[in-house]
Amino acid sequence: MSRRISATVLYIVMALCALAVLYPVLYAFSTSLMPPSEASLYPPHVVPHSLNLKNFVEVFEIVPIAAFIGNTFLVSIVVMLGQLITSSLAAYAFARMNFKGKNLLFASFMATMMIPWEVTIIPNYLTVRGWDWLDSYQGLIVPFLAASFGTFLLRQFFMQLPTELFEAARMDGCGHVRFFLSHVIPLSRPALGTLGVYSFLHMWNAYLWPLLITNSDKMRTVQIGISMLQHQETTEWNLVFAGIVIVILPSLLMLAFGLKQLVRGMTVGALKG
Amino acid sequence: MNGLEDSLTLPREQNRERAAQLRGTKTKTLSGLKWRENLLAYAFLAPSLILFAIFFFYPMIKSVYLSLHATDLTGRVTGFVGLDNFDYLIKNDLFFQGLKITVYFALLTVPTGILAALILAAITSGKQRGLTIFQFAFSLPVVLSVGSSSVIWMFLYHPSLGMLNYFLSLLNLSPINWLIDPKRALLSVSLMTVWMNLGFNYIVLSSGLRGIPDEIRESAAIDGAGPVRTFVQILLPLLSPTLFFLAIVSVISSFQSFGQINILTHGGPMNSTNVLVYSIYQEAFENFRFGTGSAQALVLFVIIVILTLVQFKWVEKKVHYQ
Repeated sequence: MSRRISATVLYIVMALCALAVLYPVLYAFSTSLMPPSEASLYPPHVVPHSLNLKNFVEVFEIVPIAAFIGNTFLVSIVVMLGQLITSSLAAYAFARMNFKGKNLLFASFMATMMIPWEVTIIPNYLTVRGWDWLDSYQGLIVPFLAASFGTFLLRQFFMQLPTELFEAARMDGCGHVRFFLSHVIPLSRPALGTLGVYSFLHMWNAYLWPLLITNSDKMRTVQIGISMLQHQETTEWNLVFAGIVIVILPSLLMLAFGLKQLVRGMTVGALKG
Repeated sequence: MNGLEDSLTLPREQNRERAAQLRGTKTKTLSGLKWRENLLAYAFLAPSLILFAIFFFYPMIKSVYLSLHATDLTGRVTGFVGLDNFDYLIKNDLFFQGLKITVYFALLTVPTGILAALILAAITSGKQRGLTIFQFAFSLPVVLSVGSSSVIWMFLYHPSLGMLNYFLSLLNLSPINWLIDPKRALLSVSLMTVWMNLGFNYIVLSSGLRGIPDEIRESAAIDGAGPVRTFVQILLPLLSPTLFFLAIVSVISSFQSFGQINILTHGGPMNSTNVLVYSIYQEAFENFRFGTGSAQALVLFVIIVILTLVQFKWVEKKVHYQ
Protein backbone atom coordinates (compact mmCIF):
# COMPACT_ATOMS: atom_id res chain seq x y z
CA MET A 1 0.00 0.00 0.00
CA SER A 2 2.66 2.50 1.04
CA ARG A 3 4.68 1.47 -2.01
CA ARG A 4 1.65 2.31 -4.15
CA ILE A 5 1.33 5.72 -2.53
CA SER A 6 5.00 6.53 -2.98
CA ALA A 7 4.80 5.47 -6.64
CA THR A 8 1.83 7.81 -7.14
CA VAL A 9 3.65 10.64 -5.41
CA LEU A 10 6.65 10.03 -7.66
CA TYR A 11 4.46 10.23 -10.77
CA ILE A 12 2.89 13.48 -9.57
CA VAL A 13 6.33 14.97 -8.88
CA MET A 14 7.58 13.88 -12.30
CA ALA A 15 4.50 15.29 -14.00
CA LEU A 16 4.90 18.65 -12.24
CA CYS A 17 8.59 18.80 -13.16
CA ALA A 18 7.78 17.89 -16.77
CA LEU A 19 5.14 20.62 -16.88
CA ALA A 20 7.64 23.17 -15.56
CA VAL A 21 10.31 22.13 -18.07
CA LEU A 22 7.90 22.02 -20.98
CA TYR A 23 6.06 25.19 -20.05
CA PRO A 24 8.05 27.69 -22.18
CA VAL A 25 7.53 25.47 -25.24
CA LEU A 26 3.84 24.88 -24.48
CA TYR A 27 3.46 28.62 -24.00
CA ALA A 28 5.04 29.26 -27.40
CA PHE A 29 2.64 26.79 -29.04
CA SER A 30 -0.43 28.15 -27.30
CA THR A 31 0.38 31.81 -28.09
CA SER A 32 1.09 30.92 -31.70
CA LEU A 33 -2.51 29.72 -32.03
CA MET A 34 -4.17 32.81 -30.56
CA PRO A 35 -5.78 35.65 -32.48
CA PRO A 36 -3.90 38.96 -32.00
CA SER A 37 -6.49 40.39 -29.61
CA GLU A 38 -6.15 37.40 -27.29
CA ALA A 39 -2.35 37.26 -27.41
CA SER A 40 -1.95 40.74 -25.95
CA LEU A 41 -4.67 40.33 -23.34
CA TYR A 42 -4.08 40.92 -19.66
CA PRO A 43 -4.64 38.86 -17.57
CA PRO A 44 -3.25 36.47 -20.19
CA HIS A 45 -4.99 33.27 -21.19
CA VAL A 46 -2.97 30.20 -20.31
CA VAL A 47 -4.61 28.20 -23.11
CA PRO A 48 -6.09 29.79 -26.25
CA HIS A 49 -9.87 30.25 -26.13
CA SER A 50 -10.14 30.54 -29.88
CA LEU A 51 -7.88 29.29 -32.62
CA ASN A 52 -6.30 31.43 -35.28
CA LEU A 53 -4.25 29.32 -37.67
CA LYS A 54 -3.83 32.30 -39.99
CA ASN A 55 -0.80 33.30 -37.85
CA PHE A 56 1.27 30.68 -39.60
CA VAL A 57 0.48 32.26 -42.95
CA GLU A 58 0.78 35.88 -41.87
CA VAL A 59 4.22 35.44 -40.31
CA PHE A 60 5.54 34.61 -43.78
CA GLU A 61 4.33 38.03 -44.92
CA ILE A 62 5.96 40.18 -42.23
CA VAL A 63 9.43 38.59 -42.36
CA PRO A 64 11.03 36.55 -45.16
CA ILE A 65 10.92 33.47 -42.97
CA ALA A 66 10.75 31.13 -45.96
CA ALA A 67 14.12 32.48 -47.14
CA PHE A 68 15.54 32.10 -43.59
CA ILE A 69 14.40 28.49 -43.44
CA GLY A 70 15.70 27.76 -46.94
CA ASN A 71 19.11 29.30 -46.15
CA THR A 72 19.53 27.54 -42.86
CA PHE A 73 18.40 24.23 -44.29
CA LEU A 74 20.90 24.46 -47.14
CA VAL A 75 23.75 25.51 -44.83
CA SER A 76 22.96 22.79 -42.28
CA ILE A 77 22.71 20.01 -44.86
CA VAL A 78 25.95 20.98 -46.60
CA VAL A 79 27.82 21.30 -43.29
CA MET A 80 26.41 17.96 -42.17
CA LEU A 81 27.56 16.18 -45.35
CA GLY A 82 30.92 17.96 -45.23
CA GLN A 83 31.54 16.97 -41.63
CA LEU A 84 30.53 13.38 -42.34
CA ILE A 85 33.08 13.19 -45.16
CA THR A 86 36.01 15.00 -43.54
CA SER A 87 35.50 13.40 -40.13
CA SER A 88 35.10 9.85 -41.39
CA LEU A 89 38.22 10.12 -43.56
CA ALA A 90 40.31 11.52 -40.71
CA ALA A 91 38.83 9.09 -38.21
CA TYR A 92 39.68 6.14 -40.46
CA ALA A 93 43.28 7.31 -40.76
CA PHE A 94 43.57 7.59 -36.97
CA ALA A 95 41.82 4.30 -36.27
CA ARG A 96 43.23 1.97 -38.91
CA MET A 97 46.35 3.38 -40.54
CA ASN A 98 49.95 3.70 -39.45
CA PHE A 99 51.79 6.81 -40.44
CA LYS A 100 54.50 9.14 -39.22
CA GLY A 101 53.43 11.77 -36.70
CA LYS A 102 50.13 10.05 -35.89
CA ASN A 103 50.20 10.87 -32.18
CA LEU A 104 51.16 14.48 -32.75
CA LEU A 105 48.45 14.97 -35.34
CA PHE A 106 45.85 13.32 -33.13
CA ALA A 107 46.84 15.57 -30.24
CA SER A 108 46.49 18.63 -32.46
CA PHE A 109 43.01 17.47 -33.52
CA MET A 110 42.05 17.12 -29.88
CA ALA A 111 43.53 20.54 -29.11
CA THR A 112 41.02 22.16 -31.44
CA MET A 113 38.29 20.79 -29.17
CA MET A 114 39.84 22.76 -26.31
CA ILE A 115 39.97 26.02 -28.24
CA PRO A 116 36.61 27.72 -27.84
CA TRP A 117 35.27 28.96 -31.16
CA GLU A 118 34.73 32.41 -29.57
CA VAL A 119 38.48 32.85 -29.12
CA THR A 120 39.13 32.57 -32.84
CA ILE A 121 36.16 34.60 -33.95
CA ILE A 122 37.92 37.93 -34.60
CA PRO A 123 40.64 36.56 -36.92
CA ASN A 124 38.09 34.29 -38.62
CA TYR A 125 35.84 37.25 -39.25
CA LEU A 126 38.77 39.17 -40.75
CA THR A 127 39.76 36.17 -42.90
CA VAL A 128 36.27 35.66 -44.24
CA ARG A 129 35.91 39.37 -44.88
CA GLY A 130 39.27 39.41 -46.66
CA TRP A 131 37.99 36.71 -49.03
CA ASP A 132 34.87 38.76 -49.67
CA TRP A 133 32.78 36.00 -48.17
CA LEU A 134 30.65 38.19 -45.89
CA ASP A 135 26.95 37.63 -46.45
CA SER A 136 27.53 34.50 -48.53
CA TYR A 137 26.85 30.78 -48.26
CA GLN A 138 30.60 30.01 -48.39
CA GLY A 139 31.15 32.21 -45.37
CA LEU A 140 28.45 30.40 -43.42
CA ILE A 141 29.51 26.92 -44.49
CA VAL A 142 33.26 26.53 -45.06
CA PRO A 143 34.57 27.32 -41.53
CA PHE A 144 32.44 24.45 -40.15
CA LEU A 145 33.21 21.73 -42.68
CA ALA A 146 35.65 19.91 -40.37
CA ALA A 147 34.91 18.81 -36.82
CA SER A 148 37.30 17.41 -34.26
CA PHE A 149 34.34 16.21 -32.21
CA GLY A 150 33.08 14.22 -35.19
CA THR A 151 36.53 12.80 -35.86
CA PHE A 152 36.83 11.68 -32.25
CA LEU A 153 33.34 10.16 -32.21
CA LEU A 154 33.87 8.19 -35.43
CA ARG A 155 37.39 7.11 -34.45
CA GLN A 156 35.98 5.54 -31.27
CA PHE A 157 33.43 3.70 -33.38
CA PHE A 158 35.88 2.55 -36.06
CA MET A 159 38.23 1.16 -33.40
CA GLN A 160 35.39 -1.00 -32.08
CA LEU A 161 34.90 -2.70 -35.44
CA PRO A 162 36.36 -6.24 -35.26
CA THR A 163 40.03 -6.48 -36.30
CA GLU A 164 39.35 -9.87 -37.97
CA LEU A 165 37.21 -8.11 -40.53
CA PHE A 166 40.08 -5.82 -41.37
CA GLU A 167 42.59 -8.66 -41.58
CA ALA A 168 40.31 -10.79 -43.72
CA ALA A 169 39.80 -7.91 -46.13
CA ARG A 170 43.55 -7.33 -46.35
CA MET A 171 44.12 -11.03 -47.10
CA ASP A 172 41.69 -10.72 -49.98
CA GLY A 173 43.83 -7.87 -51.29
CA CYS A 174 41.37 -5.19 -50.33
CA GLY A 175 43.14 -1.83 -49.97
CA HIS A 176 42.39 0.90 -47.49
CA VAL A 177 40.23 2.93 -49.85
CA ARG A 178 38.04 0.02 -50.85
CA PHE A 179 37.84 -1.30 -47.30
CA PHE A 180 36.83 2.15 -46.07
CA LEU A 181 34.15 2.67 -48.70
CA SER A 182 32.65 -0.81 -48.89
CA HIS A 183 32.99 -2.05 -45.29
CA VAL A 184 33.65 0.68 -42.75
CA ILE A 185 31.12 3.23 -44.00
CA PRO A 186 28.18 0.82 -44.30
CA LEU A 187 28.94 -0.72 -40.90
CA SER A 188 29.15 2.69 -39.23
CA ARG A 189 25.69 3.93 -40.07
CA PRO A 190 24.69 4.37 -36.40
CA ALA A 191 27.73 6.52 -35.61
CA LEU A 192 27.37 8.48 -38.85
CA GLY A 193 23.71 9.03 -37.97
CA THR A 194 24.70 10.41 -34.58
CA LEU A 195 27.19 12.81 -36.10
CA GLY A 196 24.67 13.80 -38.76
CA VAL A 197 21.94 14.67 -36.26
CA TYR A 198 24.41 16.51 -34.08
CA SER A 199 26.00 18.61 -36.81
CA PHE A 200 22.68 19.44 -38.46
CA LEU A 201 21.22 20.69 -35.17
CA HIS A 202 24.36 22.59 -34.36
CA MET A 203 24.18 24.55 -37.60
CA TRP A 204 20.41 24.97 -37.46
CA ASN A 205 20.81 26.52 -34.01
CA ALA A 206 23.98 28.56 -34.65
CA TYR A 207 23.73 32.16 -33.53
CA LEU A 208 26.96 34.17 -33.11
CA TRP A 209 28.65 33.43 -36.45
CA PRO A 210 25.60 34.05 -38.68
CA LEU A 211 24.90 37.19 -36.65
CA LEU A 212 28.40 38.49 -37.44
CA ILE A 213 28.74 37.67 -41.09
CA THR A 214 25.24 38.05 -42.55
CA ASN A 215 23.54 41.40 -42.96
CA SER A 216 20.97 41.06 -45.71
CA ASP A 217 17.55 39.45 -45.32
CA LYS A 218 18.50 37.25 -48.24
CA MET A 219 21.29 35.51 -46.28
CA ARG A 220 19.96 35.57 -42.70
CA THR A 221 19.51 32.26 -40.90
CA VAL A 222 16.44 31.30 -38.88
CA GLN A 223 17.92 32.01 -35.46
CA ILE A 224 18.83 35.57 -36.43
CA GLY A 225 15.51 36.00 -38.20
CA ILE A 226 13.64 34.90 -35.12
CA SER A 227 15.43 37.31 -32.84
CA MET A 228 14.69 40.06 -35.37
CA LEU A 229 10.97 39.33 -35.02
CA GLN A 230 10.88 40.77 -31.50
CA HIS A 231 12.31 44.06 -32.75
CA GLN A 232 9.50 44.64 -35.24
CA GLU A 233 7.82 48.02 -34.73
CA THR A 234 4.45 46.54 -33.89
CA THR A 235 5.29 43.35 -32.09
CA GLU A 236 2.39 41.00 -32.47
CA TRP A 237 3.04 38.22 -30.05
CA ASN A 238 0.94 35.67 -31.89
CA LEU A 239 3.01 36.17 -35.05
CA VAL A 240 6.35 36.08 -33.22
CA PHE A 241 5.38 32.79 -31.64
CA ALA A 242 4.06 31.39 -34.89
CA GLY A 243 7.53 32.09 -36.27
CA ILE A 244 9.20 30.44 -33.28
CA VAL A 245 7.01 27.35 -33.59
CA ILE A 246 7.89 27.02 -37.28
CA VAL A 247 11.58 27.30 -36.43
CA ILE A 248 11.65 24.87 -33.50
CA LEU A 249 9.45 22.28 -35.20
CA PRO A 250 12.32 20.66 -37.17
CA SER A 251 14.36 20.47 -33.95
CA LEU A 252 11.50 18.85 -32.06
CA LEU A 253 11.00 16.31 -34.86
CA MET A 254 14.73 15.54 -34.72
CA LEU A 255 14.40 14.94 -31.00
CA ALA A 256 11.44 12.61 -31.51
CA PHE A 257 13.22 10.54 -34.15
CA GLY A 258 16.83 11.02 -33.19
CA LEU A 259 16.94 11.08 -29.38
CA LYS A 260 18.89 7.82 -29.35
CA GLN A 261 21.48 9.21 -31.77
CA LEU A 262 21.84 12.41 -29.76
CA VAL A 263 22.27 10.52 -26.51
CA ARG A 264 24.97 8.36 -28.05
CA GLY A 265 26.87 11.38 -29.34
CA MET A 266 26.74 13.29 -26.10
CA THR A 267 27.84 10.45 -23.92
CA VAL A 268 30.93 9.53 -25.94
CA GLY A 269 32.99 11.75 -23.66
CA ALA A 270 31.09 10.95 -20.51
CA LEU A 271 31.28 7.19 -20.71
CA LYS A 272 34.95 7.21 -21.43
CA GLY A 273 35.28 8.68 -17.95
CA MET B 1 80.92 -35.13 -37.26
CA ASN B 2 82.71 -33.02 -39.81
CA GLY B 3 80.80 -34.47 -42.66
CA LEU B 4 77.67 -33.89 -40.80
CA GLU B 5 78.62 -30.32 -40.07
CA ASP B 6 79.53 -29.71 -43.67
CA SER B 7 76.36 -31.14 -44.91
CA LEU B 8 74.57 -28.98 -42.42
CA THR B 9 76.47 -25.74 -42.95
CA LEU B 10 76.32 -25.78 -46.69
CA PRO B 11 72.62 -25.53 -47.08
CA ARG B 12 72.56 -23.18 -44.13
CA GLU B 13 74.82 -20.77 -45.96
CA GLN B 14 72.64 -21.04 -48.97
CA ASN B 15 69.60 -20.50 -46.87
CA ARG B 16 71.12 -17.49 -45.32
CA GLU B 17 71.88 -16.06 -48.72
CA ARG B 18 68.41 -16.74 -49.95
CA ALA B 19 66.94 -15.34 -46.82
CA ALA B 20 69.00 -12.20 -47.22
CA GLN B 21 67.85 -11.96 -50.80
CA LEU B 22 64.26 -12.47 -49.79
CA ARG B 23 64.60 -10.02 -46.96
CA GLY B 24 66.00 -7.47 -49.36
CA THR B 25 63.06 -7.67 -51.68
CA LYS B 26 60.69 -7.91 -48.76
CA THR B 27 61.98 -4.79 -47.02
CA LYS B 28 61.77 -2.99 -50.30
CA THR B 29 58.12 -3.81 -50.83
CA LEU B 30 57.35 -3.25 -47.16
CA SER B 31 58.85 0.21 -47.18
CA GLY B 32 57.01 0.84 -50.41
CA LEU B 33 53.80 -0.19 -48.72
CA LYS B 34 54.61 1.99 -45.74
CA TRP B 35 55.20 4.91 -48.07
CA ARG B 36 51.89 4.35 -49.74
CA GLU B 37 50.12 4.02 -46.42
CA ASN B 38 51.70 7.23 -45.16
CA LEU B 39 50.67 9.11 -48.26
CA LEU B 40 47.17 7.71 -48.16
CA ALA B 41 46.80 8.58 -44.48
CA TYR B 42 47.85 12.17 -45.13
CA ALA B 43 45.40 12.32 -48.02
CA PHE B 44 42.64 11.11 -45.67
CA LEU B 45 43.62 13.73 -43.09
CA ALA B 46 44.21 16.57 -45.54
CA PRO B 47 40.68 18.03 -45.74
CA SER B 48 40.35 18.29 -41.96
CA LEU B 49 43.94 19.46 -41.47
CA ILE B 50 43.65 22.23 -44.03
CA LEU B 51 40.39 23.48 -42.52
CA PHE B 52 41.77 23.36 -38.98
CA ALA B 53 44.91 25.17 -40.07
CA ILE B 54 42.88 27.99 -41.62
CA PHE B 55 40.11 28.28 -39.05
CA PHE B 56 41.79 27.22 -35.77
CA PHE B 57 45.57 27.29 -35.73
CA TYR B 58 46.13 30.35 -37.89
CA PRO B 59 43.50 32.38 -35.92
CA MET B 60 45.18 31.45 -32.64
CA ILE B 61 48.47 32.89 -33.90
CA LYS B 62 46.69 35.85 -35.45
CA SER B 63 44.95 36.57 -32.11
CA VAL B 64 48.30 36.84 -30.39
CA TYR B 65 49.55 39.06 -33.22
CA LEU B 66 46.46 41.30 -33.12
CA SER B 67 46.60 41.58 -29.34
CA LEU B 68 50.06 43.18 -29.65
CA HIS B 69 49.00 45.68 -32.31
CA ALA B 70 46.71 48.64 -32.78
CA THR B 71 44.16 48.45 -35.57
CA ASP B 72 42.08 50.97 -37.45
CA LEU B 73 38.30 50.73 -37.79
CA THR B 74 38.51 48.29 -40.68
CA GLY B 75 40.72 45.92 -38.73
CA ARG B 76 43.94 46.83 -40.57
CA VAL B 77 47.01 46.78 -38.32
CA THR B 78 48.38 50.29 -37.81
CA GLY B 79 51.32 49.65 -35.52
CA PHE B 80 52.99 47.54 -32.89
CA VAL B 81 51.93 48.52 -29.37
CA GLY B 82 53.49 45.76 -27.27
CA LEU B 83 51.45 44.91 -24.21
CA ASP B 84 49.45 48.16 -24.30
CA ASN B 85 46.21 46.34 -25.08
CA PHE B 86 46.64 44.13 -22.01
CA ASP B 87 47.66 47.14 -19.95
CA TYR B 88 44.47 48.85 -21.08
CA LEU B 89 42.45 45.83 -19.92
CA ILE B 90 44.16 45.69 -16.52
CA LYS B 91 43.46 49.37 -15.91
CA ASN B 92 39.88 49.02 -17.09
CA ASP B 93 37.34 48.49 -14.31
CA LEU B 94 34.71 47.31 -16.76
CA PHE B 95 36.95 44.43 -17.81
CA PHE B 96 37.33 43.21 -14.23
CA GLN B 97 33.65 43.68 -13.60
CA GLY B 98 33.03 41.60 -16.71
CA LEU B 99 35.31 38.85 -15.42
CA LYS B 100 33.52 38.90 -12.07
CA ILE B 101 30.13 38.69 -13.77
CA THR B 102 31.34 35.78 -15.90
CA VAL B 103 32.42 33.90 -12.78
CA TYR B 104 29.13 34.70 -10.98
CA PHE B 105 27.26 33.52 -14.02
CA ALA B 106 29.14 30.20 -13.97
CA LEU B 107 28.51 29.83 -10.22
CA LEU B 108 24.81 30.57 -10.70
CA THR B 109 24.26 28.26 -13.64
CA VAL B 110 26.60 25.27 -13.32
CA PRO B 111 25.85 23.83 -9.83
CA THR B 112 22.11 24.50 -10.07
CA GLY B 113 21.95 23.11 -13.59
CA ILE B 114 23.74 19.91 -12.62
CA LEU B 115 21.75 19.50 -9.40
CA ALA B 116 18.39 19.96 -11.13
CA ALA B 117 19.33 17.50 -13.86
CA LEU B 118 20.66 15.04 -11.27
CA ILE B 119 17.37 15.07 -9.36
CA LEU B 120 15.37 14.58 -12.56
CA ALA B 121 17.71 11.80 -13.72
CA ALA B 122 17.42 10.11 -10.31
CA ILE B 123 13.61 10.06 -10.24
CA THR B 124 13.37 8.80 -13.81
CA SER B 125 16.08 6.15 -13.55
CA GLY B 126 13.76 3.35 -12.40
CA LYS B 127 11.82 0.88 -14.47
CA GLN B 128 8.28 2.19 -13.93
CA ARG B 129 5.87 2.34 -16.83
CA GLY B 130 5.48 5.55 -18.82
CA LEU B 131 8.95 6.89 -18.02
CA THR B 132 9.77 7.42 -21.71
CA ILE B 133 7.41 10.39 -21.84
CA PHE B 134 9.17 12.05 -18.92
CA GLN B 135 12.58 11.26 -20.37
CA PHE B 136 11.49 12.91 -23.61
CA ALA B 137 10.21 15.96 -21.73
CA PHE B 138 13.37 16.44 -19.69
CA SER B 139 15.62 15.99 -22.73
CA LEU B 140 13.62 18.42 -24.83
CA PRO B 141 15.52 21.68 -24.21
CA VAL B 142 18.61 20.10 -25.74
CA VAL B 143 17.36 20.63 -29.28
CA LEU B 144 16.21 24.22 -28.75
CA SER B 145 18.55 26.92 -29.92
CA VAL B 146 19.76 29.79 -27.82
CA GLY B 147 18.03 32.10 -30.32
CA SER B 148 14.49 30.76 -30.05
CA SER B 149 14.78 29.94 -26.31
CA SER B 150 15.86 33.48 -25.55
CA VAL B 151 12.99 35.00 -27.50
CA ILE B 152 10.46 32.76 -25.71
CA TRP B 153 11.89 33.77 -22.32
CA MET B 154 11.98 37.41 -23.35
CA PHE B 155 8.20 37.25 -23.54
CA LEU B 156 7.85 35.18 -20.37
CA TYR B 157 9.87 37.88 -18.58
CA HIS B 158 7.83 40.76 -20.03
CA PRO B 159 7.30 43.16 -17.09
CA SER B 160 3.58 43.86 -17.60
CA LEU B 161 2.23 41.16 -19.93
CA GLY B 162 4.63 38.29 -19.15
CA MET B 163 3.43 34.96 -17.85
CA LEU B 164 5.92 34.79 -14.99
CA ASN B 165 4.64 37.99 -13.43
CA TYR B 166 1.08 36.80 -14.03
CA PHE B 167 1.81 33.59 -12.12
CA LEU B 168 3.38 35.67 -9.33
CA SER B 169 0.23 37.79 -9.16
CA LEU B 170 -1.87 34.61 -8.84
CA LEU B 171 0.25 33.79 -5.77
CA ASN B 172 -0.35 37.34 -4.50
CA LEU B 173 3.32 38.24 -5.01
CA SER B 174 4.41 41.56 -6.40
CA PRO B 175 5.75 41.55 -9.96
CA ILE B 176 9.49 41.41 -10.58
CA ASN B 177 11.39 43.50 -13.12
CA TRP B 178 13.16 40.41 -14.37
CA LEU B 179 15.47 41.89 -16.98
CA ILE B 180 15.28 45.60 -16.15
CA ASP B 181 16.42 45.52 -12.53
CA PRO B 182 20.26 45.47 -12.45
CA LYS B 183 20.10 43.31 -9.31
CA ARG B 184 17.88 40.68 -10.97
CA ALA B 185 19.00 40.65 -14.59
CA LEU B 186 21.88 38.21 -14.14
CA LEU B 187 19.67 35.92 -12.06
CA SER B 188 16.99 35.99 -14.75
CA VAL B 189 19.47 35.22 -17.51
CA SER B 190 20.86 32.41 -15.34
CA LEU B 191 17.42 30.91 -14.78
CA MET B 192 16.83 30.81 -18.50
CA THR B 193 20.30 29.32 -19.07
CA VAL B 194 19.74 26.58 -16.49
CA TRP B 195 16.52 25.67 -18.30
CA MET B 196 18.24 25.72 -21.68
CA ASN B 197 21.08 23.44 -20.51
CA LEU B 198 18.83 21.08 -18.61
CA GLY B 199 18.30 18.75 -21.56
CA PHE B 200 21.99 18.16 -22.16
CA ASN B 201 22.76 17.70 -18.45
CA TYR B 202 19.81 15.37 -18.05
CA ILE B 203 20.81 13.19 -21.00
CA VAL B 204 24.42 12.89 -19.85
CA LEU B 205 23.50 12.09 -16.24
CA SER B 206 20.73 9.63 -17.00
CA SER B 207 22.97 7.73 -19.43
CA GLY B 208 25.59 7.69 -16.69
CA LEU B 209 23.05 6.26 -14.23
CA ARG B 210 21.92 3.66 -16.73
CA GLY B 211 25.53 2.56 -17.10
CA ILE B 212 25.68 1.45 -13.46
CA PRO B 213 24.89 -2.29 -13.23
CA ASP B 214 21.56 -3.27 -11.68
CA GLU B 215 23.19 -5.74 -9.27
CA ILE B 216 24.63 -2.84 -7.31
CA ARG B 217 21.16 -1.40 -6.72
CA GLU B 218 19.76 -4.83 -5.93
CA SER B 219 22.40 -5.70 -3.39
CA ALA B 220 21.93 -2.31 -1.73
CA ALA B 221 18.19 -2.99 -1.53
CA ILE B 222 18.86 -6.44 -0.01
CA ASP B 223 21.08 -4.81 2.58
CA GLY B 224 18.10 -2.67 3.53
CA ALA B 225 19.22 0.68 2.13
CA GLY B 226 16.37 2.98 1.13
CA PRO B 227 16.26 4.60 -2.32
CA VAL B 228 17.65 7.95 -1.14
CA ARG B 229 20.51 6.37 0.80
CA THR B 230 21.33 4.04 -2.10
CA PHE B 231 21.48 7.03 -4.37
CA VAL B 232 23.59 9.29 -2.18
CA GLN B 233 26.00 6.72 -0.75
CA ILE B 234 26.35 4.22 -3.59
CA LEU B 235 25.20 5.54 -6.94
CA LEU B 236 26.53 9.07 -6.57
CA PRO B 237 30.18 8.02 -6.03
CA LEU B 238 29.88 5.66 -9.00
CA LEU B 239 28.49 8.51 -11.06
CA SER B 240 31.35 10.84 -10.19
CA PRO B 241 33.29 10.40 -13.48
CA THR B 242 30.18 11.53 -15.35
CA LEU B 243 29.61 14.44 -12.95
CA PHE B 244 33.25 15.40 -13.39
CA PHE B 245 32.95 15.42 -17.16
CA LEU B 246 29.71 17.40 -16.97
CA ALA B 247 31.18 19.97 -14.59
CA ILE B 248 34.09 20.71 -16.94
CA VAL B 249 31.91 20.93 -20.02
CA SER B 250 29.34 23.13 -18.23
CA VAL B 251 31.85 25.61 -16.84
CA ILE B 252 33.52 25.95 -20.22
CA SER B 253 30.21 26.44 -22.00
CA SER B 254 29.04 28.98 -19.41
CA PHE B 255 32.20 31.00 -20.09
CA GLN B 256 31.23 30.99 -23.76
CA SER B 257 27.66 32.26 -23.28
CA PHE B 258 26.66 34.96 -25.71
CA GLY B 259 23.30 34.49 -27.44
CA GLN B 260 21.02 34.79 -24.42
CA ILE B 261 22.87 37.91 -23.23
CA ASN B 262 22.69 39.53 -26.65
CA ILE B 263 18.97 38.87 -27.01
CA LEU B 264 17.73 39.32 -23.45
CA THR B 265 19.81 42.18 -22.00
CA HIS B 266 22.52 43.41 -24.40
CA GLY B 267 24.90 43.22 -21.46
CA GLY B 268 22.81 45.65 -19.43
CA PRO B 269 21.20 47.07 -17.39
CA MET B 270 24.25 49.03 -16.24
CA ASN B 271 26.60 46.31 -17.55
CA SER B 272 25.21 43.91 -14.93
CA THR B 273 25.16 41.03 -17.43
CA ASN B 274 28.18 41.99 -19.50
CA VAL B 275 29.99 38.63 -19.61
CA LEU B 276 33.37 38.11 -21.25
CA VAL B 277 32.28 36.87 -24.68
CA TYR B 278 29.73 39.65 -24.91
CA SER B 279 32.38 42.26 -24.20
CA ILE B 280 34.70 40.69 -26.80
CA TYR B 281 31.84 41.04 -29.26
CA GLN B 282 31.24 44.66 -28.29
CA GLU B 283 34.91 45.57 -28.37
CA ALA B 284 35.57 44.04 -31.78
CA PHE B 285 32.30 44.36 -33.66
CA GLU B 286 30.66 47.44 -32.16
CA ASN B 287 33.69 49.57 -31.21
CA PHE B 288 35.92 48.03 -33.93
CA ARG B 289 38.88 47.70 -31.57
CA PHE B 290 40.17 44.37 -32.83
CA GLY B 291 43.40 44.59 -30.83
CA THR B 292 41.83 44.85 -27.37
CA GLY B 293 39.12 42.43 -28.50
CA SER B 294 41.82 39.87 -29.31
CA ALA B 295 43.54 40.54 -25.99
CA GLN B 296 40.26 39.72 -24.22
CA ALA B 297 39.81 36.63 -26.36
CA LEU B 298 43.26 35.43 -25.27
CA VAL B 299 42.33 36.02 -21.64
CA LEU B 300 39.26 33.86 -22.22
CA PHE B 301 41.45 31.19 -23.82
CA VAL B 302 43.91 31.17 -20.91
CA ILE B 303 41.07 30.98 -18.37
CA ILE B 304 39.51 28.03 -20.15
CA VAL B 305 42.82 26.18 -20.43
CA ILE B 306 43.56 26.79 -16.73
CA LEU B 307 40.07 25.73 -15.70
CA THR B 308 40.39 22.52 -17.65
CA LEU B 309 43.81 21.74 -16.16
CA VAL B 310 42.80 22.65 -12.60
CA GLN B 311 39.68 20.58 -12.77
CA PHE B 312 41.57 17.63 -14.20
CA LYS B 313 44.23 17.79 -11.49
CA TRP B 314 42.09 18.70 -8.53
CA VAL B 315 38.76 17.01 -9.14
CA GLU B 316 40.18 13.84 -10.60
CA LYS B 317 41.78 12.94 -7.29
CA LYS B 318 38.37 12.91 -5.65
CA VAL B 319 36.64 11.06 -8.42
CA HIS B 320 35.81 7.41 -7.95
CA TYR B 321 36.58 5.27 -10.96
CA GLN B 322 35.07 1.82 -11.17
